[in-house]
Amino acid sequence: MPKVTVDGIELEVPQGATVLQACELAGKEIPRFCYHERLSIAGNCRMCLVEVAPGPPKPQASCALPAADGQVIKTDSEMVKKAREGVMEFLLINHPLDCPICDQGGECDLQDQAMVYGRGTSRYDENKRAVTEKYMGPLIKTAMTRCIHCTRCVRFSEEVAGVDEIGALYRGENMQITTYLERAAKHELSANVIDLCPVGALTSRPYAFEARPWELKKTLSIDVSDAVGANIRLDSRGREVLRILPRLNDDVNEEWLSDKGRYQVDGLTRRRLDQPWLRRDGKLVAATWDEAFAAIAKVNPGKSGAVIAGDMVDCETMFAAKALAGALGSTMLEGRQTGLDYDCSNLAAINFNSTFNGIETADAILIVGSHVRWEAALLNARLRKAVKHGAKVFVVGPEWETTYPATFLGNDLAVLGKLPQDAADVFEKAERPALILGGAGLAKGALGPALQLCATLRMVRENWNGFNVLHMAASRMGGLMLGYAQPGGIADLAAASPKLLISLGADEVDYTRFAGSMIAYIGHHGDKGAHAADIILPAAAFSEKPGTYVNTEGRVQFADKAVFAPGDAREDWTILRALADALKVSVGFDSFAQLRAAMVAAVPALGREGLADYGALPKGKGSASGTIDAYPIKDFYLTNPIARASVTMQRCSAELIHGQDFAEAAE
Amino acid sequence: MADRALHPDTPELRARWSTFAWSKDNAKQAKVIVARYPDGRQRSAVMPLLDLAQRQVGAETDTQGWLPIPVMEYVAKELDMPAIRVVEVATFYFMYNLVPVGKFHVQVCGTTPCMLRGSDEIMAACKARGMSIGHVSADGLWTLTEVECMGNCATAPMVQINDGNYEDLTVERLDAVLDALAAGGSPKEGTQEPGRHTSEPSGGPTTLKEMVEANHDYRGEW
Repeated sequence: MPKVTVDGIELEVPQGATVLQACELAGKEIPRFCYHERLSIAGNCRMCLVEVAPGPPKPQASCALPAADGQVIKTDSEMVKKAREGVMEFLLINHPLDCPICDQGGECDLQDQAMVYGRGTSRYDENKRAVTEKYMGPLIKTAMTRCIHCTRCVRFSEEVAGVDEIGALYRGENMQITTYLERAAKHELSANVIDLCPVGALTSRPYAFEARPWELKKTLSIDVSDAVGANIRLDSRGREVLRILPRLNDDVNEEWLSDKGRYQVDGLTRRRLDQPWLRRDGKLVAATWDEAFAAIAKVNPGKSGAVIAGDMVDCETMFAAKALAGALGSTMLEGRQTGLDYDCSNLAAINFNSTFNGIETADAILIVGSHVRWEAALLNARLRKAVKHGAKVFVVGPEWETTYPATFLGNDLAVLGKLPQDAADVFEKAERPALILGGAGLAKGALGPALQLCATLRMVRENWNGFNVLHMAASRMGGLMLGYAQPGGIADLAAASPKLLISLGADEVDYTRFAGSMIAYIGHHGDKGAHAADIILPAAAFSEKPGTYVNTEGRVQFADKAVFAPGDAREDWTILRALADALKVSVGFDSFAQLRAAMVAAVPALGREGLADYGALPKGKGSASGTIDAYPIKDFYLTNPIARASVTMQRCSAELIHGQDFAEAAE
Repeated sequence: MADRALHPDTPELRARWSTFAWSKDNAKQAKVIVARYPDGRQRSAVMPLLDLAQRQVGAETDTQGWLPIPVMEYVAKELDMPAIRVVEVATFYFMYNLVPVGKFHVQVCGTTPCMLRGSDEIMAACKARGMSIGHVSADGLWTLTEVECMGNCATAPMVQINDGNYEDLTVERLDAVLDALAAGGSPKEGTQEPGRHTSEPSGGPTTLKEMVEANHDYRGEW
């Protein structure tokens, strides 16, 4: 533990810390552009210069200098002030003065630091350098003249994303950042380089010229595009959410966000259901709330009611629907829309027990039937970290492009019973072996055999639980905690042929199996579910209601409401509450606070932010057979109704997955 | 400094070069080069392999050679590395040509010592022969580039033509060299000054004269 002095403050810093980190520990702000906590150290912007003794009598780049015992560091000396002014003046030599028309304006590191550490004037009167724009795909807008060559984007795509596609071509003053041959950046985390860019060189293409950061209302929320539960911030103006940015949470998303979570935002204002609809003579016609409720009351379902929860609903909505069904005398609840029927008697067996932080420390990982890159892009970045630390990864299932070395063991699930010798050796020696079971594996009944394999390979040890199930729906764990699971899955509901089927934004269900039921769709988008519905009750999207979400780790998180739902649409729980009146039953809550209190009373874990405790793993049984022929996600960008309504996601799908050419018009 | 830009990635370029593969000798040579680096560090061989590829392209096109995109991709594949990393290297170093060049790539040094010794006339002489900077001459023989110091200041002015340096130039000597090259000959490389061997002082030593014949101890004379 080296002891250093920073501006007269003596402190001990951890072994291996840099001078910059020491200064931060002492509470001193060090300006920087190229340095980033989660990327390797480049040391090329020179903004973090400080004075260090002992050492050469000149300012030193603190980001790349290890803190050593007895160092006396000065961050407020005349030398440091001059050095920062000098570096800033050099950086600004070729940086255009176009802040008024730059989207980064107001949240620009260069702008802020120029104000604080710059000289205020420039002595440069030569011509500035100009750089041609580079095409980086449908999400990233470039203005490369603004680039200050910090290379954060290059390091991000190489180190975190694992897709080498951005590079720095040419040299010196002519250096240019570009994707290979100006092809679109083609991975699921590509837009994070926009957040990383300290200037306005890489900005958001869909959000270009939409708003200024200071006019936006910031609301803390949770991403519902997958089961990772990334922490996000909704930036809204008026009634519209304009953009989604990741929030810092080291346990979940670090500070990244998948492209889908970030850019499905424009789907929130398209194809929205903003008034009730009724099916009359086979055609949907606009109706009023009263007519809609009357139509449902006329069915008089009694005990013959069932509820299917969609992939993006919050726990409160599911609990309200459960309360309504319970008041009617029904327990027909299901959330696994595509017909999965794995055993839900012990939630520990269908939880991501290692946690995302934990999986980074695993040293042998077996992925069974999961296209992790598409099912949980942020988890894939964690797996890449694990591999960088020396983990070996094996995959059972069709091949997909991993961003790290992995061995594919074929499609046959029988391999779970007898691992190939090299894989078995790795797991034998592993200290923290882990297994990740995905949706394709669950569908083939691999849960029992996977649990058995987990026991054979002793994946549960002291301070380590290596058994993981990776879900794909933001509502899944919450739904399972609330009992949205029938022993036979959705087939049980179909077999019961209920009079009334309440669909909570369930868009992936095969509704032809419910031909005899009246389908009431409570959702926010005119997608597949609404097409099949007999009655449409317009509800709120995740951005328009407060809610509780449980991610695939069993982590309970709360989201706030950013804007109001459009038109006549209402928050889901109010619809269910009004429906209870129409059906003349009591659900026991009249306000959102009462609803949440009732939910927490029923499932206490949902009231505590953080990991829920599901107890010990059950014993597995059965042997695995069959082959995994495909993964459930066919198109990463179009997995949910919001994304399908989003023009940006449609374009991403067309261009990045289906290879359609969107040549830019010559300007 | 010359403007450098990658040759556009056109279908014609792909058609011409996508079948690029090492010739028999170069395949052997490439193996030797890669073997110089530890296992798993084969990427370190990117610079010599790019040079080898450029020379092979040169042999195939009867020029000094250059690096079309498909050829760089071939090298990337050989070394199991992302193509963008290869392109980064190739665009960084001036010795890799990014666009086609002529049979002789005439690189005239224009840095201060050469400039003081008459590189302007050398440059003018080149241009008078129909070369222009950055272009291949009409007969396909010449490409002219102005470069920064090549480290031959003692024998300035100089030009580098492909792998050879020609030093102590005057317009006449340069013409003689270029004529010989154009005629298919191989003129003497190095200094063109009669009687001069390498970069020793012109007209004999001016200091340490006693040392010429035998070792001499100067210490007593200080």
